[in-house]
Amino acid sequence: MVEMDKKTRREIIVKRIAKEFEDGFYVNLGVGMPSLVANYLPEGVNIMLHGENGMLGMGEHTEITADEQFNSVDAGGAPVKAVPGAAYFDSCTAFAMARGGHLNCTVLGALEVDELGNLANWWVPGVRMPGMGGAMDLVVGAKRVIISMEHTAKGAPKILKKCRLPLTAVGCVDTIVTELGYFKVTAEGIVFEEINPNVTVEEVQAQTEAQLIIPEGGPKPMF
Amino acid sequence: MNKVISKREAIAKVKDGMSLMVGGFNTGGDPNELVEALRTKTDVKGLTLINIDAGVEGSPLTTMLEERRFKKVIGSFFGANKEIQKQADGGLVEYELCPQGTFAERIRAAGAGLGGILTPTGVGTVVENGKQKITIDGKEYLLETALSADVALIRAEVADESGNLVMVGNARNTNTVMAMAAKYVVAQANKIVKIGEIDPDDVTVAGIFVDAVVYAGEEI
Repeated sequence: MVEMDKKTRREIIVKRIAKEFEDGFYVNLGVGMPSLVANYLPEGVNIMLHGENGMLGMGEHTEITADEQFNSVDAGGAPVKAVPGAAYFDSCTAFAMARGGHLNCTVLGALEVDELGNLANWWVPGVRMPGMGGAMDLVVGAKRVIISMEHTAKGAPKILKKCRLPLTAVGCVDTIVTELGYFKVTAEGIVFEEINPNVTVEEVQAQTEAQLIIPEGGPKPMF
Repeated sequence: MNKVISKREAIAKVKDGMSLMVGGFNTGGDPNELVEALRTKTDVKGLTLINIDAGVEGSPLTTMLEERRFKKVIGSFFGANKEIQKQADGGLVEYELCPQGTFAERIRAAGAGLGGILTPTGVGTVVENGKQKITIDGKEYLLETALSADVALIRAEVADESGNLVMVGNARNTNTVMAMAAKYVVAQANKIVKIGEIDPDDVTVAGIFVDAVVYAGEEI
């Protein structure tokens, strides 16, 4: 099994996810790795980034004065510019966009995903109580939910037969992208559609608790 | 009509044991000047705080939390606030967590005279525990009840003397709905103008919802 450093793993993941976006998509990107997808958009693809704190058309992070910073921030509280065509709105409207099925896609990380498309990404009991924030609303409504995550956590599989941690939502995940492959959640189970060409199907299955469904002819190369 | 009062008059409305809504989320739209006045010029305690994140480190809201002036916190995201996590995990404060969209809609419902809302968010998770599930057209929803408060402290950019508010950027967040959902609503504004100086098209929150306006920059 080929060794990859964290930066390489993340780059493979976010570059592959960026190819899923079409020009004009309205997208919510979670904090951390998902937010990096915006840096790898294909030529000619412009998307509008949704901030669940009340903004569509989030632009670059910016340094502004202490007073102004209360008025244009991302969901993590960091000051951001508004791109041309942006809009601001309140929390009810922001989550109407999410729950109401108006976002083309939401990309977020996961602690665990299972073969029924269940997602656990907000709480590890016994560690601390972070609160679920907006994640539960984002995943129940978006037209498509893409999970951006490293394939394992300290060697333990994250794609499971059944999630063990408290769920974020039931049956919400459409696509999982890891450094080892691109996976679709279907009614039959998880289909292994694309593979990192530097690994084998057997190696990926060995790091996956759920039984992967191999399409005829095997998974296509991911890049 | 003139709803402009001093910070001291406004914060005097908050009494021990009351429920208190505070607008804002992760620095955006936080009514920090009002909260700081409440913190330093009163000794109210035993409050139930309704706020998404219980403030951010160094904010007056989080300082009030450190001073143990809240007996309960109803919010959504504690992940950026070590103090609320510590108190929640240590059993030092009661807490109730809602998905963020549910939090906003429960408050809106209270302000709009509704008993609650039906949402698919949280179905099949710990959020559904103890809640009624209702099926509509084959899809399950949770019944989430309305959330109101005794007093709300909110932030606006501009206010007129009748309480019409202009909010800017994403500082709107929960400030718009909290304006509707408390028995007594105080808005702080960076600029206060005479009635008629705000174009009706520009009003974010109509004055009918607002009981009092204070100048954010007032020294006390």
